[in-house]
Amino acid sequence: MSRARADEEEYWHSSKFRAFTFDDEDDELSQLKESKRAVNSLRDIVDDDDDDLEKVSWSGEPVGRRNRLPSLPSLSDAFSDTGVKNYAPELRRPRAEYKDYSNDWSPRDTVRRMQRGKVCSLERFRSLQDKMVLLDEAVAGHDGNVITAVLIFLKRTLRREVLFRELEVRQVALCHLIHFLKETGEQKLLLDLLRFLDRTEEVALSQYREHLNIQDVEKKREFLKGCIGLPFSAEDISHIQDHYTLLERQIIIETNDRHLAMAGQSEIFRKYPRKASILNMPLVTTLFYSCFYHYTEAEGTFSSPTNLKKTFKIPDKQYVLTALAARAKLRAWEDVDALLTTKNWLGYTKKKAPIGFHRVVEILQRNNAPVQVLQEYVRLVEDVETRLNLATKYKCHDVVIDTYRDLKDRIQLMAYKCKVERGSAEEEKINSLLSNMQIRWKN
Amino acid sequence: MASTARRDAPEPPDFGILKRLARDQLIYLLEQLPGRKDLFIEPDLMSPLDRIANVSVLKHEVDKLYRVENRPAPSTSDQLCFLVRPRVRTMRYIADIVNADKMSGRSRKYKIIFSPQKFYACEMVLEEEGVFGDVTCDEWSFYLLPLDEDIISMELPEFFRDYFLEGDHRWINSVARALQLLNSLYGPFSRVYGIGRCAKMSYELWRDLEEESENDGQGRKPEIGNIFLMDRDMDYVTALCSQVVYEGLVDDTFRIKCGSVDFGPEVTSSDKSIKVLLNAQDKIFSQIRNEHFSSVFGFLSQKSRNLQAQYDRRQGMDIKQMKNFVSQELKGLKQEHRLLSLHIGACESIMKKKTKQDFQEMIKVEHALLEGFDIRESTSFIEEHIDRQVSPIESLRLMCLLSITENGLIPKDYRSLKTQYLQSYGPEHLLTFHNLKRIGLLTEQAAGETLTAVESRVSKLVTDRAAGKITDAFNSLAKKSNFRAISKKLSLIPRVDGEYNLKMPPDMAYVFSGAYTPLSCKIVEQVLERRGWQGLEEVVRLLNGNEFAMADGAPEDGAGGDAQRVVVAVFLGGCTFSEIAALRFLGKERGCRFIFLTTAITSSARMMEAMAEAKA
Repeated sequence: MSRARADEEEYWHSSKFRAFTFDDEDDELSQLKESKRAVNSLRDIVDDDDDDLEKVSWSGEPVGRRNRLPSLPSLSDAFSDTGVKNYAPELRRPRAEYKDYSNDWSPRDTVRRMQRGKVCSLERFRSLQDKMVLLDEAVAGHDGNVITAVLIFLKRTLRREVLFRELEVRQVALCHLIHFLKETGEQKLLLDLLRFLDRTEEVALSQYREHLNIQDVEKKREFLKGCIGLPFSAEDISHIQDHYTLLERQIIIETNDRHLAMAGQSEIFRKYPRKASILNMPLVTTLFYSCFYHYTEAEGTFSSPTNLKKTFKIPDKQYVLTALAARAKLRAWEDVDALLTTKNWLGYTKKKAPIGFHRVVEILQRNNAPVQVLQEYVRLVEDVETRLNLATKYKCHDVVIDTYRDLKDRIQLMAYKCKVERGSAEEEKINSLLSNMQIRWKN
Repeated sequence: MASTARRDAPEPPDFGILKRLARDQLIYLLEQLPGRKDLFIEPDLMSPLDRIANVSVLKHEVDKLYRVENRPAPSTSDQLCFLVRPRVRTMRYIADIVNADKMSGRSRKYKIIFSPQKFYACEMVLEEEGVFGDVTCDEWSFYLLPLDEDIISMELPEFFRDYFLEGDHRWINSVARALQLLNSLYGPFSRVYGIGRCAKMSYELWRDLEEESENDGQGRKPEIGNIFLMDRDMDYVTALCSQVVYEGLVDDTFRIKCGSVDFGPEVTSSDKSIKVLLNAQDKIFSQIRNEHFSSVFGFLSQKSRNLQAQYDRRQGMDIKQMKNFVSQELKGLKQEHRLLSLHIGACESIMKKKTKQDFQEMIKVEHALLEGFDIRESTSFIEEHIDRQVSPIESLRLMCLLSITENGLIPKDYRSLKTQYLQSYGPEHLLTFHNLKRIGLLTEQAAGETLTAVESRVSKLVTDRAAGKITDAFNSLAKKSNFRAISKKLSLIPRVDGEYNLKMPPDMAYVFSGAYTPLSCKIVEQVLERRGWQGLEEVVRLLNGNEFAMADGAPEDGAGGDAQRVVVAVFLGGCTFSEIAALRFLGKERGCRFIFLTTAITSSARMMEAMAEAKA
């Protein structure tokens, strides 16, 4: 900490503060302001230029004289270089350091000087009491940079248990040390600290976090396996278990499918080549993948959707939603139908959608389902208004007509006649309904 | 503030000098390393740098420019200069370069310029890596970047995570110095208000700095009379709502970066992207930025018709008139035409994206959450959002909004939403949930009991002197949002008979379609009106205190001139464009001018992203 600052820095700092406190009457400032105004007024003119929307930017590739040929360093270059580099800093250092040692700053003044960016030696704070007074002053001074500086010093000069004990009752300082250890990547010390504080859940999470930095999937899987024993909360332990199982599955599926795809034997992989590997994808994405490529597989295989559903206790709603999206994407309308059909104990079949039929329609429509398929599900939308909206939007004429008939809404039905094609079956249907004397129209 | 006769708001002070000061200091610092040199720039600093100096200005000083990134630098220069944020990661990058040179026996000069300030932890890393004496360090005190005539940003998005999540006070000094600078150039401020722990600490450190500096600013005529400091955690709700004023929507849709936006091909209806500066100088933008989105179309089409009419005047002109037209008007018209077509393109693109996202339904859910009805329906909407793998950030945002408005999720919902989230977006988000819990954005109800147990256990160990501090720390942990009670106290949900008039809005609630008045802005309004916190005791208690109000010989009504009607609103942890629009509206109503000073422009997406765990 107690290293020297260059004289130039000192100069700049003193001059900086003067510059910021110019009075209005001060010549330089008013001049500066005036020129600024002048430039501003000019800018209006300049801005009207057609080119102003595309400015030169820093954000691109390295700009500058990119094409300049690299020149070989000459002998004289090498000489002057080493000369300046090695001696200049040494010459400046002693003077600055001397200044610091000559003053015994109080803890408060030490903190204040450090807040102003000045170099201060902390070595003379040797008793535990002195150190803690210094730390408390730093915290009271509100400058996190200084708090961390003091902590770095304490970390170096105190046994860790002693430091931890003192920090336990100094929450603000404690936060700073934890953040500092996270940033510098001193994982071992961080874990020791968290253990000392009895923050077991954080210990677990902090270790689990390391998996993000492991590239190799096999190594990652092994690492996650080790995470299962960590002191997570009861709730989180199942998430960790699932994470491990998921990656394990993905590795199996990936190995298999890559092989299948390469061999070129499987039709589905030929027709719809895989865009990316399934490794490290979320569970729902994996389920989608499995519904897309492995839909018909028996529950016994790891890659089958039903196996995934069972292993990860995927709720019905989530399962149907995902399977529907995958099968619709393949335009496998029969699968869609089967997915939404349930049988009761008497053997009657019934359509059921845990996600609501309006969602079913939306998914099918997004996958360009034909009207015949679409209207079957539009008809099942419970809310009449939504049903009418969807049916009209997707031109499911039959559904619209039947709904108006059920509503006994003659006027709307008549109005709809102009939306269907002349001479079509739909028009005929409307006509026959309108002339049906049995219906008691409400209007 | 004037409540009777409506006065025009004073013009904002000229903040151009801030850019000038920053540029001059940077050039001075670069000159301290004489001769040819290559400059390495931190990516985060590129856009801010863009706004104060162009490439040619630095070309006098610098040979080649590189960005600081995770790969070895190909520079062949004998002098390397690094312009960086004070980060441990960056120090290691620089140390690696220096050490590689040492290994290969190469000798160069290195200089690091920290912006806005140097941290001791950075020097420690340099020392540990054995390069301390090999590099020289400087500070570029670039605290304040004027983004517009009334917006100044510190461009420190990491402030939010560092302070509110990690509890690190490292940027408080920077804030205090920024305030000192602003005060010395445009003050002295006669009234200071604030709320929040960070606001209070920043204020105290700033006072310290002022006491020390010799210049007391007496006798100078101030341009700014009032300042209001607020912590972001006083009001998370506003930041979490979908934005519907134009500038907010543009930010949510395209990400405004440092006052400029990249409009892609879908907006420009060509095959290239265009970078556009969005500020008061843009004649079209400045008229629609604060408007509710629904009013923007009408305005744009009116403008288009006017423009067409002006072009049409060409017909029937004689040669001389035509010549005049071309030399005097055409350029302006062309410029206007260009801006108009860009904003129309942006609107179209926003509409397209929002329709796809069920925006209407989402807004309905948000309003229900704000008002506190249909909680079950809203919860299922969020659940479905997650199940369908719609944007992970949006799902997270909605969950946080639910949590904050309801003082936490009931445990059953918390568990089930969390499980589904991890299944839809990846198990590693376990870490994100932990962060959100720590910061208080997404919590489980009835956590109060366990906390009290920990508290009592720890407080046994606490000495008297530290007792205050530790209780404080726990208070912030245990802090409940109390949104419902605050909302009632301040009447944040306007009662409207009939349709809310978005074209001629009656109050600040228009920034959220008349459904909700932003809490942060309401606090500012109330405190300025009352000249302090009197009568707001209950609100302050619900917000967890830390309020303050100081008046240093503030002149009475009328005596202070225009400066008394200029207010700097400081947002510690970020401020959204919706809040800016709301306070601009308030300023117009009350005849005062708000200047926004923020650690960074924020939005719900930026806040959520700051909570995610990234790879190291």
